[in-house]
Amino acid sequence: MESNLGWKEYIITRAIRVAGYSAIVFVTLIFYFLLREGLPTLAEVKLPELFALRWYPIEKYFGILPLISGSLIVTIGAALIAIPFGIGTAIFISEIAPRWAREILKPLVELLGGLPSVVLGFLGILVLAPNLRLLLNLPTGLTALTGSLLLGAIAVPTVVSVAEDALDSVPRSYREGAWALGATRWQTIWRVTLPAARSGVLTAVMLGVGRAIGETMTVMMVTGNAPVLVTSLGGLFSPVRTMTATIAAEMGEVANGSVHYHTLFFIGMVLFIISLIVNVTASAVVFRSQKRAERVLS
Amino acid sequence: MKLNRNLSQRLGFGLITLMATLTVIPIIVVVIYIITQGGGAISLEFLSGFPHDGMRQGGIMPAIIGTFYLTLGTAVFSVPLGVAAAIYLAEYAADNWLTRTIRIAIINLSGIPSVVYGLFGLGLFVLFLKFGTSILSASLTLSIMTLPVIISTSEEALRAVPQAFRTVSISLGATRWQTIRRIVLPEALPGIITGVILGLERAAGETAPILFTGAAFFLPRLPNSVFDATMALPYHLFVISTQVPEMPFQIQYGTALVLIAFVLGMNLIATVVRSRARARRQW
Repeated sequence: MESNLGWKEYIITRAIRVAGYSAIVFVTLIFYFLLREGLPTLAEVKLPELFALRWYPIEKYFGILPLISGSLIVTIGAALIAIPFGIGTAIFISEIAPRWAREILKPLVELLGGLPSVVLGFLGILVLAPNLRLLLNLPTGLTALTGSLLLGAIAVPTVVSVAEDALDSVPRSYREGAWALGATRWQTIWRVTLPAARSGVLTAVMLGVGRAIGETMTVMMVTGNAPVLVTSLGGLFSPVRTMTATIAAEMGEVANGSVHYHTLFFIGMVLFIISLIVNVTASAVVFRSQKRAERVLS
Repeated sequence: MKLNRNLSQRLGFGLITLMATLTVIPIIVVVIYIITQGGGAISLEFLSGFPHDGMRQGGIMPAIIGTFYLTLGTAVFSVPLGVAAAIYLAEYAADNWLTRTIRIAIINLSGIPSVVYGLFGLGLFVLFLKFGTSILSASLTLSIMTLPVIISTSEEALRAVPQAFRTVSISLGATRWQTIRRIVLPEALPGIITGVILGLERAAGETAPILFTGAAFFLPRLPNSVFDATMALPYHLFVISTQVPEMPFQIQYGTALVLIAFVLGMNLIATVVRSRARARRQW
């Protein structure tokens, strides 16, 4: 009986340990399969052709710059919306709102985070795009701007929750110290609390932007899907095509193992590396600030 | 000077309040709008019938069932694995480079774009392991995507159990696993359930990961096995709002309404579990 128990415990502990390592295994597997299916592109498409200005796979034009520029412009637009509104909402929830307002706001923001992106894309097509077209007098409402507005909404919950955590973790004594010195609540927020939480707020911004770059369904549905190189902010008002939308729209129709197939995986690899950089940097910022907090407290 | 300070405070507070309001009001408007526009489409026939006439008429039952299957399939893989990983991180892992690597890997998993999960699922499950475009491939893909949510929320729930509970149990002669199984897990269960539901909620609403791994444009029958492709609510909404010309608005809004009801219903259950557990908690 005794040894039986020992065996059972041994096996369970082993299994738990293996499960603990699974995240590393999966990240490695994902990267391996993206490389395996994506790297052949470099042998099949010459580098200058890959970084050319034309994406037209049927005619064997595999220039991914228009797609990168499309992702960039939509993401910049989304960031311009999500950063101020996300941080503003986080400040409101954490510093200004009375208790009852907080109890209403937090679940509502979570609700936005829970809305499937395909629902926002759907509303974008039926409601937002036609109205934007009329309002701005454009030939079509399916533009980078429409995508940016919706992506901004998608990134807001991420920014709010991370930034609010950061503001919340600023010790109350900081605020009390500022008030005692005669600062108003606003001065305290602006000069003490926000700077003290800046690494967390920065993380919030990065994760929000990362969320926006990776978003697929909404942008595929509302940005008009024209793989045109965007060279200025004016491109916001015309149709674009992002990297994510290209993969989602074209992968269903390509032959496995073709050049087009490999190139789509190559784009996936680029997206993976971008998200890797964003997330590793963001977590490095968090780890560093935790260390600093420990130092201050000890 | 004094007036200036008060004025700037008022302006600042006004601005922040305005921004928070502008953020939240559209959310309420969107939900109410979908409910009013889609409410008329909801009927027994809509919820229990197959689509017909090129999906322009009939119901969305196969999509509802499909999303249910996918969510269930995702739970089968991601819940045991995710909770076990959380137990490892909260109860066993030492603070060393390996644990830090695991944490970075989890953060990365949570940041990978959903369409890249779709590519990965296509490469590994559909083609390499030859599961085909199937419920199995799609569920496995969604499981890995859901894993980081389940791991981090479950770990948080486990860590919230006071250390004294473990100390007492060990000092009474229980082994480490007995302590976890009998003391820590039951206490952390509501938090874990909340995290699991929030993770599955995300899986239920996702489209991009199942695009090339298991979603079917249209099926005249329900899937027979895990190796069949399936219709799914989010993909169906995508299809009828972009691929089918002259689609009646009411069916589109009805489908959107059922999808958000499915997803937000799960969210509501999670919230109720959490708040009831908080109310009952004695520590």
